[in-house]
Amino acid sequence: MSLATEKETRPFWTIARRDAAAGYLFIAPQLIGIVIFVLIPLGLVFWYSLHEWNVLANSFNYVGAANYQMLLADPSLPQVLTASAIFSAGLVVLNLSLALLLAVLLDQKLKGIVVFRTLFFSPVVVSLVAWTIVWSFLLQNNGGINGMLSAFGIEGPNWLRTPTTAMISVVVVQVFKNVGLNMILFLAALQGVPKELYEAARVDGAGAFKQFRRITLPLISPTILLTSIITIVGSLQVFAQIAVLTQGGPGMSTTVLVYYLYQQAFQFHFFGYGSTLSILLFVIVAVLTFAQWQLRKRVVFYEN
Amino acid sequence: MKTDLSPRIKVALYGLMCVLLIPFVFPTWWMITSSVKPISDIFAFPPDLWPRRFDFSTYAQVFELQPFARQYWNSAYIAAIVTAGTMIVSSMAGYAFARIKFPFSNAIFMVVLLGLLIPSEVTIVPLFQMFLGWGMINTHWPLILVPIFGAPSVFATFVMRQFFIALPTELEEAARVDGLGRFKIFWIIALPLAKPALGAVAIFTFLHSWNLYLEPIVFLSSTQMFTLPQALTQFTDAYGGAMWNIQLAAATMTAIPVLLVFIVAQKQFVEGLAHTGLKG
Repeated sequence: MSLATEKETRPFWTIARRDAAAGYLFIAPQLIGIVIFVLIPLGLVFWYSLHEWNVLANSFNYVGAANYQMLLADPSLPQVLTASAIFSAGLVVLNLSLALLLAVLLDQKLKGIVVFRTLFFSPVVVSLVAWTIVWSFLLQNNGGINGMLSAFGIEGPNWLRTPTTAMISVVVVQVFKNVGLNMILFLAALQGVPKELYEAARVDGAGAFKQFRRITLPLISPTILLTSIITIVGSLQVFAQIAVLTQGGPGMSTTVLVYYLYQQAFQFHFFGYGSTLSILLFVIVAVLTFAQWQLRKRVVFYEN
Repeated sequence: MKTDLSPRIKVALYGLMCVLLIPFVFPTWWMITSSVKPISDIFAFPPDLWPRRFDFSTYAQVFELQPFARQYWNSAYIAAIVTAGTMIVSSMAGYAFARIKFPFSNAIFMVVLLGLLIPSEVTIVPLFQMFLGWGMINTHWPLILVPIFGAPSVFATFVMRQFFIALPTELEEAARVDGLGRFKIFWIIALPLAKPALGAVAIFTFLHSWNLYLEPIVFLSSTQMFTLPQALTQFTDAYGGAMWNIQLAAATMTAIPVLLVFIVAQKQFVEGLAHTGLKG
C-alpha cells in the first residue's frame, strides 16, 4: 500500500476531480429530491394506472389497460377535456393580450406611472383563495357586481350558476389575479427594445401601429413564447379557483382535468382511475410544451 | 415607444388606466369594507362603497370559530421554511449547473428540468401514498419537503442557473487562483452577487407556498393543522352556507400583511421578477 502511494506522482484529488465532487455535492439535494418526489412518483402513477384500486373497498388488482379503456369510454371525459380546453384557451388569450396592453400603457412617459404599475400588480400578491372568495362574494346573484349592474338598469345573470357565465367567471377571476406577472415580463421586454429602431421607423414614415407590429412584436416574441408556455402549463394546474367558485359546476361545465382527477381520487377514492387521469394530464402538458418549443424555431425572432 | 405625448392623449391614457384598474383594485377594497359590515348590510342594495355601520366583531369571530392564530402560524412558518430551503437548494444546484464542470452535468440538468413538465398535480396520488407509508399524513412534512426538493423548486433552480451563466467569471477565477475552494467561492463571492435572482426566487417561492391549496386539502385533515387557504373556505354555517362577513374578515387578515410588504418593497418585487432569467 505505502509503496503504491509513494509511486503515485499525481495526487488522486486533482482539481478536476475535486470540482466534479463539488458539483455532485451541490446538485445532490435537488437531484435526490427530483428522484424521490418526481421520478419515482411518476413511475408509481403509471404503475397504479394499471390497477383497479379502491381504497374504501381495500382492493388493488392488476387490470392491465382496463383503466385506459375506461378513460376512452368515460362519458364525462369529453366534457372535462372541453372545459379544460376552453379554460386554458380563454385564459391564455385574455391573459397575454391584457398583459401586453397593460405593459404598453405602463411603458409610456407619464407621471405617477409606478403607482399604476403597483396597483395592476397587486392581485398577484393577494392570497389566491382570499382573492377567489371575494370574487365569489361579488359574483353571487345578489352580490356586488349585479348590484352595480342594476344601478345601470341591467339585470345581471346568476354568474356562478349558469354554465357559460360560470366558465367566463373562472377565467376572468384568474386573469385579473395573475396578469400582473406577465405584464411585468412584457414591460421588461418592451424596455429592452432599442429606441433607435423606432426613430428609424418614424423617419421612414411608419405609424405607431406599424411600428408595434413590425418592431415591437418580433423583438419581444421570445418573451411572448416564454409567458405563453408558463401560462398554459399554469392554466392546466388550476384547482383552487374552481374548488372555491364553482366546485366544477353547474353540472360539469367548469370541471377541468385537475378537478376531475381530484374528485375521482380523493372524493370517490378511485386511486387507479385517478392515476390514469394523472397520466393523461402529464401527456397533455408534455405535448403542449413540446409543441411550443417546436413553434419557437419557426415564429420567434432572434437578434443574433 | 417613449415619446412625449400631447396633453390630450395623456388624459385619455390616464382615463383608460383608471377604468382598467377597477377589477384589479375594487375586489380588495370590497373585501376590506365588507369585512367590517354587519351581515344584514353585506348584500345591501344599492351596494355601499363605504360601510354605513361598522361591526368589528367579525374579526373576533374568526378566532372563535377556528384556531385561526394557529392556522396563520402554520402557513407562515411553512412558507418561511420552504422559501429558505428553496433558496439554498436551488442556488447550489443552479450554481453547479452553470459553473462547475462535472461528468453528465447536462444530462442531469435535463433530468431535473423534467420537473417543469411534471406538475405536482400529476404525482399527487403516489405522493399521498408515499407520505401515508411514512406516517406523514396530517403533518406539514409534505408541504415542506415536496416544494423544497421536488418539482416546484426546479423553476427556481432554472432561474438561478440562468443568472449565474450571465454573471462574469473574473472574480471567481481570481479567487480560484488564490486557492479558495468551490464552496467558499460559491458562498463568499457568487452568492452575494446573486441577490437579485435570490430575491425573485424568494418572492415567487413564498407566494407559491402561501397559496398552496390542493396539497393541504389532500394531506391535512385536522383544523389545527390547516393552512390559511384551506381555513378560509371553512367559515360556513350549519347548513354549509358561507358566513360572508367572517370569511371576508379572515381573507382580509390573510391578504393585508403580504400586500403591505409588497407596497413597501414594490420596487424590489417588480424589478426582481423582471430582471432575472425569467426574461427569456
